[in-house]
Amino acid sequence: MADLTNHFAGIRSPNPFWLASAPPTDKAYNVHRAFEAGWGGVVWKTLGEDGPPVVNVSGPRYGALLTPDRKLLGFNNIELITDRPLAVNLAEMREVKRMWPDRALIASIMVPCTEAAWKAILPMVEDTGVDGIELNFGCPHGMSERGMGAAVGQVPEYIEMVTAWCKQYSKLPVIVKLTPNITDIRKPAAAAKRGGADAVSLINTINSIMGVDPATLTMSPATAGMGSHGGYCGPAVKPIALNMVAEIGRSPETAGIPISGIGGVGSWRDALDYLALGAGNVQVCTAAMVYGFKIVQEMADGLSNYMDEMGFKTTADFQGRALPTVTDWQFLNLNATVKAQIAQDKCIQCGRCHIACEDTSHQAITATKDGQRWFEVKEEECVGCNLCVTVCPVPECITLRPLAPGELDRRTQQPVSAQPLNWTAHPNNPMRQAAEPA
Amino acid sequence: MSASPLPATGPDVRPARLEPAQYAQHFADAAPRLSRTQALVEAERCLYCHDAPCATACPTGIDVPSFIRRIAEDNLRGAAKAILEANPLGGTCARVCPTEELCEQVCVRTTQQGKPVEIGRLQRYAVDAVMDRPIGTLFPRAAATGQRVAVVGAGPAGLACAVGLARRGHEVVVHDARAKGGGLNEYGLATYKMADDFAQRELDWLLGIGGITLRSGWRLTEATQLDALRAEYDAVFLAIGLAGTHTLAVAGADLKGVRDAVDFIAELRQAPDKGAIPVGRRVVVVGGGMTAVDAAVQSKLLGAETVHMVYRRGPEQMGASAAERDWAQTHGVTLHHWLAPDAVLGHEGHAVAVRFTRQALVDGRLQSTGQHETLAADQVLLAIGQQLDSGLLAGTGLALQGGRIVAEGDGRTAVPGLFAGGDCRLGGRDLTVEAVEDGKRAAAAIHAHLAAKAAAQPTA
Repeated sequence: MADLTNHFAGIRSPNPFWLASAPPTDKAYNVHRAFEAGWGGVVWKTLGEDGPPVVNVSGPRYGALLTPDRKLLGFNNIELITDRPLAVNLAEMREVKRMWPDRALIASIMVPCTEAAWKAILPMVEDTGVDGIELNFGCPHGMSERGMGAAVGQVPEYIEMVTAWCKQYSKLPVIVKLTPNITDIRKPAAAAKRGGADAVSLINTINSIMGVDPATLTMSPATAGMGSHGGYCGPAVKPIALNMVAEIGRSPETAGIPISGIGGVGSWRDALDYLALGAGNVQVCTAAMVYGFKIVQEMADGLSNYMDEMGFKTTADFQGRALPTVTDWQFLNLNATVKAQIAQDKCIQCGRCHIACEDTSHQAITATKDGQRWFEVKEEECVGCNLCVTVCPVPECITLRPLAPGELDRRTQQPVSAQPLNWTAHPNNPMRQAAEPA
Repeated sequence: MSASPLPATGPDVRPARLEPAQYAQHFADAAPRLSRTQALVEAERCLYCHDAPCATACPTGIDVPSFIRRIAEDNLRGAAKAILEANPLGGTCARVCPTEELCEQVCVRTTQQGKPVEIGRLQRYAVDAVMDRPIGTLFPRAAATGQRVAVVGAGPAGLACAVGLARRGHEVVVHDARAKGGGLNEYGLATYKMADDFAQRELDWLLGIGGITLRSGWRLTEATQLDALRAEYDAVFLAIGLAGTHTLAVAGADLKGVRDAVDFIAELRQAPDKGAIPVGRRVVVVGGGMTAVDAAVQSKLLGAETVHMVYRRGPEQMGASAAERDWAQTHGVTLHHWLAPDAVLGHEGHAVAVRFTRQALVDGRLQSTGQHETLAADQVLLAIGQQLDSGLLAGTGLALQGGRIVAEGDGRTAVPGLFAGGDCRLGGRDLTVEAVEDGKRAAAAIHAHLAAKAAAQPTA
């Protein structure tokens, strides 16, 4: 039986599934319920500095991108940090940690970018007994207009400065939560590392507008007829987050820094993606907001079963295993050749592969044969692009077959070379490097 | 209830077998309109196939993937327009088409998931949505041409033709023998298929396009009427259906309690109070088509205790589709095959049973085995096919074959300016949707004919 115990930046939790700092972790009532359901850790809803709490809109805070049967693909919010008094949050956090000593409890913090503000709040937070702090440099809406959240996360110098203050004034592990609303995620991650961060977590939400009400032609959702961009999350953002996680893992400057993966985790498969690309654990919000806290049980069970079947004892056995398979385009082997093939016994004859290829790709799939509907790959045209595989409604019906070295590529009329050749050495590349002497 | 109770052993045919409240329930819409949620989820199942088999299978060539995609995008006006452009009676066809033998039969989702996209129900969802606005908002009429066409028969073929001609700016007068237009839509289909007076609602909506006059109570009884129409109008479209029914040539066919299923269905459709229609305690329906199913199921719904539907051949040869047969059986109708009626047995002038002779295929031909079976019956409904009254077409110059009018696919007959389509035309499977296609194609052909005529006589 696999052991899901998680060790992340010196913080131990019974499994790698944490609830992200977000609406579900706003108060003790929810967090108790989350721990009862089995969550390994909770990042408490972001605390602000002492004083009058922030005020949220009393209109819609959330918007969603839904499938026709209303499965949620993407999710958007304009909720601010906690709107409850600091003292109330701190008292509840202390109580929760006392009741759930085996779970990870992390305080998320967002205060103005002054040393005094951070110096003031850090001892109060540490005094609750929490296991670590997460610096919210990510929220892209509302608070960023006040110079916090993403406004800090978009300036690497600020990240480094604030992180250093936190390391100076607190002995707790410091996790820096990054915003994806930047050009190159490696820059803020490196800044966090320079500041002394113990870990980074990413991604926070992405600037987004969900749409327009077609009847009123106003932005939607709207508060009193006006809208404001929100933060986008949910299943749709996972690929963006995975790339950023891998970028940090691959960058020499940041490689090895613990990463808490966030963005679209709703199943054990999603968690596996993050862990295999180097994340140390994952944080979840949207899936819990759609299905409730019980969803963690399916994620943990699925991951555990997967690990048993693969023979992994702990997540460390496969953490980062896929990362070395991520590279730059220029290093891809241009001699490796695949061809689509259609399993005729599985084909339902919808013709989507044909029309997709015919209209938008390489005219490599037939529509008829002897006057009958018939969909078959023309290898002499097929470039192995995977579009037909993608649009086929039948799993495993269309697959990509790698050509063996020496096999004739009917498109190029050349045999497939056994020697790898990437762009850096390709004869068509005017900037190619001289090939190594044989 | 009749004043004097019938003797327990005597024939028992009477109205009001059920509590009054049961009738509304029994004759309610068989397949109600999908909700928006249902429609969106079902629409999502459509794969938007390339060169979609469903569209090819539709006799009117409705671009099914397009209209379903438009439903998925909440563009019901566009969806309905795509349907009605190909099939102006898309509302009726959505309700009565044997989709399991047409579009849905070839749906690739059947291959993949064992269940086709519910194309018929989606079609109804879209068409019903636009019927609260005038048809002219979808299909405005072209400028008036001043040319006039007579259509004979206000059934699906006649109406489709009339709408097609009206759209092109022609004036149309639709002649029909019945009190109401609609033809079989109004008189020949089970009530639960066309609930809430749909045939008339659709007719009224279609006539809203303008330029069409419905002349009801006009019966074609002699060829000279046709000559008069040809003299008065620029073209004539015959869509007279098959108004006669086959008679059963066996002993006892004239006994009381034996009636034509077509009449039974028509009477039931027109009855404001379904409980007023007499039905036997034990009903035998002779026939294997959709009319037989409609008569058998509705007998059951009127409160008949037992209903036997008897067909002389096997299930494969039946006119009723597998879905229709399932529908009959789930409503308590017992199906029998390979039994041909031999005699209706009577008692004191009233039918009490039907004797059948068992049939077998010998060298591809139906032959009696000599065995008999008898089914007790208080009422016998005959659904053994309809026919054209070919006598009245004698001398018109029309060629008849197999009791039907010989015409091209676009309706052209041997007589210039005289077109024919729908069930009265030779060919096809007597489906509503095929009649609509006939009418649609004839409208195009008549329009071309009128244009040529106008060009030849510019001063007309």
